[in-house]
Amino acid sequence: MTAAAEDLLLDVQGLSVTYFGDRPVTACNQIDLQLRRGEILGVAGESGSGKSTLITALTRLQRPPAATTGGRIVLHDQGQDVDLVGLSEEELRRYRWNTVSIVLQSAMDALNPVLRLGAQFADVIRAHDPKLKTGDILDQTVELLAMVGIPADRVRSYPHELSGGMRQRAMIALALACRPKLVVMDEPTTAVDVVMQRRIVRQILRLRHRLGFAVIFVTHDLSLLLELADRIAIMYAGRIVEIGSAEEIYRRPKHPYTRGLRDSFPPLHAPLRTLTGIPGSPPNLLRLPAGCAFADRCRDVMDVCRHDRPQLLPVDDQLAACHLYHGTAGRPASGADTGAALSR
Amino acid sequence: MTITQSRPASPATTEPPLLEADHVTKHFRVRDGAGGTSTVHAVEDVSLALHAGRIVALVGESGSGKTTLARLLGRFYPITGGQIRLRGAAVTGRPDKAYFRSVQLIFQDPFGSLHPGHKISYNLERPLRIHGHARGRTETRRQAAELLERVGLSPAEDFLDKLPHELSGGQRQRVVIARALAVQPDVLLGDEPISMLDVSIRLDMLNLLARLRDEEALALLYITHDIASARYLCDDVAVMYAGQLIESGPKDAVIQQPMHPYTRLLVEASPDPGRDRADLLGTSAEEDDGPDEPPSLIDPPSGCRFHPRCPFAMEECRRRLPERTDLGGGHWARCWLHQKGRTEELIDRD
Repeated sequence: MTAAAEDLLLDVQGLSVTYFGDRPVTACNQIDLQLRRGEILGVAGESGSGKSTLITALTRLQRPPAATTGGRIVLHDQGQDVDLVGLSEEELRRYRWNTVSIVLQSAMDALNPVLRLGAQFADVIRAHDPKLKTGDILDQTVELLAMVGIPADRVRSYPHELSGGMRQRAMIALALACRPKLVVMDEPTTAVDVVMQRRIVRQILRLRHRLGFAVIFVTHDLSLLLELADRIAIMYAGRIVEIGSAEEIYRRPKHPYTRGLRDSFPPLHAPLRTLTGIPGSPPNLLRLPAGCAFADRCRDVMDVCRHDRPQLLPVDDQLAACHLYHGTAGRPASGADTGAALSR
Repeated sequence: MTITQSRPASPATTEPPLLEADHVTKHFRVRDGAGGTSTVHAVEDVSLALHAGRIVALVGESGSGKTTLARLLGRFYPITGGQIRLRGAAVTGRPDKAYFRSVQLIFQDPFGSLHPGHKISYNLERPLRIHGHARGRTETRRQAAELLERVGLSPAEDFLDKLPHELSGGQRQRVVIARALAVQPDVLLGDEPISMLDVSIRLDMLNLLARLRDEEALALLYITHDIASARYLCDDVAVMYAGQLIESGPKDAVIQQPMHPYTRLLVEASPDPGRDRADLLGTSAEEDDGPDEPPSLIDPPSGCRFHPRCPFAMEECRRRLPERTDLGGGHWARCWLHQKGRTEELIDRD
């Protein structure tokens, strides 16, 4: 899954984040990720899997007690390689909005409630290019809002005068204001309805096509990612357990957790059968087992899983961290190709 | 447990409903910004019936009145118009204990619906005692343990003496369901009972609800905005938009061949991994024009409330919501297209 060097936008190596509370909790553990230019990478995981921690670490927005304890976040931009982990706040300002921007889950809290929409856009646009005239800024704002289907007269609206879906789309437009190379999105559609979700997803796909930015899209909704993302990373208990193309993750998931997660979404049109989900609940990060964190919930668990943590290694066209595929255990006897049963 | 394509189409005609909303309307008076009051037309002329051993899914966007309807059926507030009937008898006045013994509500948020200062045993034993199902400390505790086993929390002894915060979200929601079952109701009203739970444990909860229907013949109202889970669990689907019920019928009739433009929009917008990416992108920007969200219920559109968003809107739609058109097999829709003989325009070309 290594991308050609000139294609590579972001290269995350061994990223670890620990929350230093009463007892330190490592919420992201040795994360390796590569993102190509213009690619949509979906990150799926349940609550506590570390997906939101990953987002704040990537954007360097984390606050104590969270701290990045290891690894590199290398951004390849305009022929230069920059490790975001080593940068000061002042140096990071050069990259925020311009190269990397973020869309947060709750647009209600992310927009300033006492400023008109236009003023908030002007702040961002002016930071990008201080010499711009007021008229030009307004033109740009209107154009940005039009990209997400918000009429020009809304420039003078306060956030509370907009519907939830409109606020969320305004956030996306704002994130695109300085033509970033990477937009990080943290569950941008969880607070809106399916109809609005569909519209936002469609707009993200169209804008990506037009402007060529890359997206890291974090959500618990794997069924949404299967439609939206080019590649999908599955997180469990602070680690990536599988990463592969959306097609492979859907048709031929390798990790038993990925399989369980996929089979937790009943189909909309395909024939129904009884689904079982995944027994048990996600582990407590304070008391992670020695071996594979998923072992207690896994149908294919073997002895080796209890004491040996599997590495993320190539399996066919994707990467998976599972003993079923590596070492002496050999191929799993059951279940690997149930994707065929689900397809129409 | 039965998760099947085709349960018997509609015993509705043979057996009288357990709980029924008959032309129910609910208006709320709210204070507006200017110091006056205005009226929220939350539920408008809704008729819905729940039968023993069947699950009806009530689907729609947020703000469509789903929760209000559930709370009206649970008699949290009085209705403005129409009638609610339990086993054929109209219910009026303040709800009594007998009503709550028959009808129980499961809330969306398992984190806020258990008493945080009391053990699980207390949370379960209280309804057992209040409704006179158990006497004496040993007997009450035995029944509480039995309830936990029924919802798959075993061994029960491990849970009885815990406080709610010591349980995971999925475990707490099971306790909430167990508490509703403690009352031994005939009807369960589930208001998005799985939406706050982690994905991997949602199915467990759906399977549990299906078991309660099959083994104990409970009548269930399952409120959700997730069409796929509605299809998985329920027998019938009712679709609500801006306070109006616009389509209902056996699940596969409604979901595979929606007969109201709004239902069609809702099904098309639902995630479906089997869908083609090109399909998702759409061919043009035209679908993005026009209002994209449900209207304000303080000043709802006249006639069919979907008309400002409807690609088929006609003059009639602005004037009046049409009567139900019977589409056979218990499937009906309220849309002028059917009244005008234009039904085939709703049917997919492919």
